[in-house]
Amino acid sequence: MESMEIAKRLQAQFPDEVLDAYEHQGQRAVIVSGEKIVDILRWLRDDSLMDFKHLMSLCAVDNIKRMEDGLLRFEIVYNLYSINKKHSIRIRAQVREADHSIDTVTTLWTGADWLERECYDLMGITFIGHPDMRRILLPDDWEGHPLRKEYPLKGKEEWIGLTKIIEKAEELRQYSFGYKKPKESTKSSESSELTDKQGND
Amino acid sequence: MTRPISKTINVPVADGDGDRYTLRMGPQHPATHGVLRVDLELDGETILKCTPHVGYLHRGFEKLAEHRTYAQSLILTDRLDYIAAMSNNVGYCVAVEKLLGVSCPMRAKYIRTIVGEMSRLCSHLLWLATHALDIGAMTVFLYCFREREILLDLFEKLCGARLTFSYTRIGGVRQDVTADFMSELQRFVDIFPSKVSDYETLIDTNRIWLKRTVGIGVLSADEALSLGLTGACLRGSGVDYDIRKHRPYDAYDQVDFEVPIGADGDIYARYRCRMEEMLQSNKILQQCIDQLPPGPIFNDDAPDLVMPMQGERKIEADTTTYGSGLIKFIDEHGSHPVGDVYVSTEVPKGELGFYFISDGSGHPYRMHIRSPSFIHIGAIPYLAEGGFIADLIANIGTLDVVLGECDR
Repeated sequence: MESMEIAKRLQAQFPDEVLDAYEHQGQRAVIVSGEKIVDILRWLRDDSLMDFKHLMSLCAVDNIKRMEDGLLRFEIVYNLYSINKKHSIRIRAQVREADHSIDTVTTLWTGADWLERECYDLMGITFIGHPDMRRILLPDDWEGHPLRKEYPLKGKEEWIGLTKIIEKAEELRQYSFGYKKPKESTKSSESSELTDKQGND
Repeated sequence: MTRPISKTINVPVADGDGDRYTLRMGPQHPATHGVLRVDLELDGETILKCTPHVGYLHRGFEKLAEHRTYAQSLILTDRLDYIAAMSNNVGYCVAVEKLLGVSCPMRAKYIRTIVGEMSRLCSHLLWLATHALDIGAMTVFLYCFREREILLDLFEKLCGARLTFSYTRIGGVRQDVTADFMSELQRFVDIFPSKVSDYETLIDTNRIWLKRTVGIGVLSADEALSLGLTGACLRGSGVDYDIRKHRPYDAYDQVDFEVPIGADGDIYARYRCRMEEMLQSNKILQQCIDQLPPGPIFNDDAPDLVMPMQGERKIEADTTTYGSGLIKFIDEHGSHPVGDVYVSTEVPKGELGFYFISDGSGHPYRMHIRSPSFIHIGAIPYLAEGGFIADLIANIGTLDVVLGECDR
């Protein structure tokens, strides 16, 4: 189906939800409000003409530097593809401003689980109804969400977990694992060899 | 099983049921193909609960790319899937070309197809070697590495590097292929099918191999689609989805090849798919050698470091920050189209997608990498839970994951 046609039908199905639709480089995208995102995506997946069975990607975007376009602070971008019909569409769902949360789509695609955890980890968006909302790439005690625009690329602060790891390494040093410390062992063996030789002479 | 080194690691947990305990497999474990940690709750040898932990290799590529120009981010993609770095290079360049509206000459497209397929062979050979080694067929390992070595030598001849190439460019490739390279590639293409049949004689009807693979890790087509699996993992379940056919890029619409489809959705079906794919890649290579057109390998309107100064783009020596040796690439504001694209390519592991948002500056406003390994590792619990711990090893192998790509 033509991508234009898909956007029109989506508009007809959810007139209150669809905010805008546009095309860039032959790829059509639809901007929707995030309130009924599960219903929209379920319709796109299950409708026989749409048949978007394959969730290609799911990612979060921080819009703080382009909010003049009428966008909210965060949005979730879903790229969908229909393997049978060979057409694709991009849905850009605006995330609620109040608590930066949106409904989960793990009920539609099991594979969305980790992708949503990644959005939570790196962008700080909570997915309501997600079975396991934890950080995934960063340590559990990490502060901040790195992909937000205000998060600096470089910084002097040290991750708090690093001191713990160093302490743990110190603690584990007492278990020598059967290895000798290289410097002492070589010295002692050399000196013992020397004394042996002297004794033999 | 392992010597307890502290109170928190590898200690059986007594909770009334004597046989039930937790085991942390990894992050340093040879069968996890990288730094993957899997927390297992076991009842004897049966897995009750399986929780993969990733992120040990997280380097923040998506954040880094926002602070670099498009040409500079190319080297980051080498470090995604370091086994098939060339495929990532191609995928990145195809995506940026689509975003910026840069075209690529036909000869460069063919060369990219050649290196992409060589890269697929490299990856599949390494996959077969380690997967078979994990399951217990040790002999295949060295045979696969023998052929992979020829390919790595060819890559070295082409661009000087064996693993991290950065060979493709936005709008072309860096260097042209030589006649010497082509003749050696032809020699490889001639012998390779016989090598594949060598591997098949070793394991294809091996009774142990069949017992470890047939009927293990079964995924139906709907399950595989719902999990987001792509590549041979999806095709093994009977779904005909190959991006080279569905959304052709480079020269894939010019060559004739078939997409092998499995039916059973088990480890053996995925193994057969990848073996067939190797032969199809060989077929594509042969056609590319025969059809390789003459002409330029680089487009004039491409933004790149080695191109001469042109239009709004300048090359300046940065003398302040890093010393005079470094060349800094400057793209003037407003020279790029505003918009967003999602472009995916078929890499050996599955679907590698790049989602770009351009705000008109020389840097991407947002770059998201849809890496197949990340999504495949998310599927491990669905394959492993309820099965044996030995089958977990086979399942990790069959998903063909690389942790550099997963953690980004």
